[in-house]
Amino acid sequence: MTERKYLTGEFFMSGDDACAEGAISAGCRFFAGYPITPASEIAERMSERLPEVAGTYIQMEDELASLAAVLGASWGGVKAMTATSGPGFSLMMENLGLGIMTETPCVIVDVQRGSPSTGLPTLTGQGDMMQARWGSHGSYSIIALSPDSPQELYDLTIRAFNLSEKYRLPVLIMTEAATGHMYEKVIIPPMHEIAVVHRRKPAVSADEYLPFKPDADLVPPMANAGEGYRVHITGLTHDEQGYPAMTAEAQDSLVRRLVDKIERNRDDIIDLEEDRIDGAEVVVCSYGISARVSRIAVEQARREGIRVGMLRLITVWPFPEDRIRDISEQASAFVVPEVNYGQISLEVERCACGRAKTVLVPHMGGGVHSPATILEAIKQVAR
Amino acid sequence: MKKDEVRPDSRQVVIIAERCKECGFCIEFCPKHIIVKSTEINSKGYHPVRLNDEAQCTRCDICGMICPDFAICVVDIGEQQEIRGQS
Amino acid sequence: MNKPTTNRAGHPLDPYLRAERMPHIWCSGCGLGLVVNCFLRGLIQSRLALDKVVVVSGIGCAGRAAGYINLDSFHTTHGRAIPFATGLKLANPELKVVVISGDGDLTAIGGNHLIHAARRNADLTVLCINNFIYGMTGGQGGPTTPLTARTTTSVGGNIDQPFNIPYLAAASGAAYVARWTTAQVVRLQKSITEALLKNGFGLIEIITPCPTYYGRMNKQRTGLEQMKYYRDNSIIKSGIDPKHAGIEFNGPIIVGRFVD
Repeated sequence: MTERKYLTGEFFMSGDDACAEGAISAGCRFFAGYPITPASEIAERMSERLPEVAGTYIQMEDELASLAAVLGASWGGVKAMTATSGPGFSLMMENLGLGIMTETPCVIVDVQRGSPSTGLPTLTGQGDMMQARWGSHGSYSIIALSPDSPQELYDLTIRAFNLSEKYRLPVLIMTEAATGHMYEKVIIPPMHEIAVVHRRKPAVSADEYLPFKPDADLVPPMANAGEGYRVHITGLTHDEQGYPAMTAEAQDSLVRRLVDKIERNRDDIIDLEEDRIDGAEVVVCSYGISARVSRIAVEQARREGIRVGMLRLITVWPFPEDRIRDISEQASAFVVPEVNYGQISLEVERCACGRAKTVLVPHMGGGVHSPATILEAIKQVAR
Repeated sequence: MKKDEVRPDSRQVVIIAERCKECGFCIEFCPKHIIVKSTEINSKGYHPVRLNDEAQCTRCDICGMICPDFAICVVDIGEQQEIRGQS
Repeated sequence: MNKPTTNRAGHPLDPYLRAERMPHIWCSGCGLGLVVNCFLRGLIQSRLALDKVVVVSGIGCAGRAAGYINLDSFHTTHGRAIPFATGLKLANPELKVVVISGDGDLTAIGGNHLIHAARRNADLTVLCINNFIYGMTGGQGGPTTPLTARTTTSVGGNIDQPFNIPYLAAASGAAYVARWTTAQVVRLQKSITEALLKNGFGLIEIITPCPTYYGRMNKQRTGLEQMKYYRDNSIIKSGIDPKHAGIEFNGPIIVGRFVD
């Protein structure tokens, strides 16, 4: 068996496999998961590859346990991840909230499938986007990235880990069956070329250290279990020492910080791909696999003389409100293709504030749009 | 030395009155039955316990082990405060 | 008649507690503080390096234990202490990971994780503190409430058979299984030390008084009455097949070390 510790070079790889390799490149050394189509291949790849890099794979009894184990592993000082699809993602919501409240770095991959419920296990959907934003109970901010190719799944998994370590929270990768099961060329650079971020460690002694006292960027340095800091970590509202604090004041300062640490760092977090938006009459706004299909329709529309821009949301959450607001000043309409019955389109509409029309191009799931459908929508709104 | 006379010992029962919640465990389980409720009242409104015949105390520390509130314990009054765990 | 002496240096266990958070939240006569007391003494006897011992708790009265112990401690979501602990242990095998939680947390919502961790023989020490009901939420019946016992959700008497926790853990594959009540403090401490020093999945069920709900609704109004009941009705049968250690309402309580 060739020495496959750190893969480097060009590969013909599925999105799921590329995601696993991205995690390994990012320094992930723990995966806990539960089989679910169309994400099982990520678990399979991790179960084979993690032992090769002195990592740990464990298959838990359900998705509740999977994310719980990931959170535990993170507090054990290891970069940790799980991967699932809609039904499992729903089961992970409570512990996602625990991860947010305790500011635990980790990555959760949601390879979306036809939904709701059991839906279309092997087929594409993008119906979990609002769940990604609001799935757990309470007010909080989240980071969710949406790749549109196996290569980007590799790249964004690294970025997801780096963001989770930097901002100390679970970071979501919202992809789909099509992208996860698609095989394409994936380039994996040499290890030393990959920028890897690690959680900031306390700079003070154990006696002075307050686990939830933030630095200027609103992110507290993180001590892991077993380092002698005797941290107390709880899902209860807590003070800077981590002790339960059952008061409105403690709630106000904690929850505001958990939200602000993402919202105030949007410029560092938000990642968009733009194509000829200036002067565009219509802007197609999409993400993930839908953005790929949209590109064909956009090019066709341009051939037919329509001034069309393309905005691809690489980070879906936090939502790029300002950018949508700016664009709505000069474009007359947004066209939003997505494989659900209107989720991100609601956000676009909210930020466009009626200055520009927002046209949803829905797809109920089980496939992707045909470019013709998107082209038709562009034409209609362009007249 | 009389049978029930206990030789002097550097260990002694100490009581943190503020923590006592008057549960009565130590009173019941003290083999010598020398712990009683005092007439004092702590800030939570409980009557903390006290020893009513320290001479009888064998320093067995059952009171210390059975107390749910860490309000009573046998302590070595000597320089090093060692815990009378179950050795 | 000497006044109660308040020791200037505080309680010898204070260094192992988050003493600044005392007095704790638990009711007068509740046994949870006693379990933490026994745990700390058992831990001291084990001579384990405290910086490498981690306590993980779930939700419920017992779930608050993690917050009072001066170790790396995690207060997780309801039922998920064991999988959280499993991940923690796997990520850093050098840690000794202890789960301290209640009967509802571990055998109801967390039951699936309990049996799977035992099946896997995960290297965890679990203190399953059984007060027969859900205390924190107001005395509702749970999977360990004895048949016919009254609770705030079975005022006419509980109609379900309870789990026999030692039997459940042993059948699932646990390497160390014991049950004690809070009346056997010395044996409980010793058992905790044994479990801490034994590799693999160790579970100790600890029958604990709940005067506020279980006791009040079942003619044992105070914690002390329940403690006396435990003292007078526990039968030590170490080594027997835990199959025979079921709990009946107001019946004898079989205690001991069943699997080691």
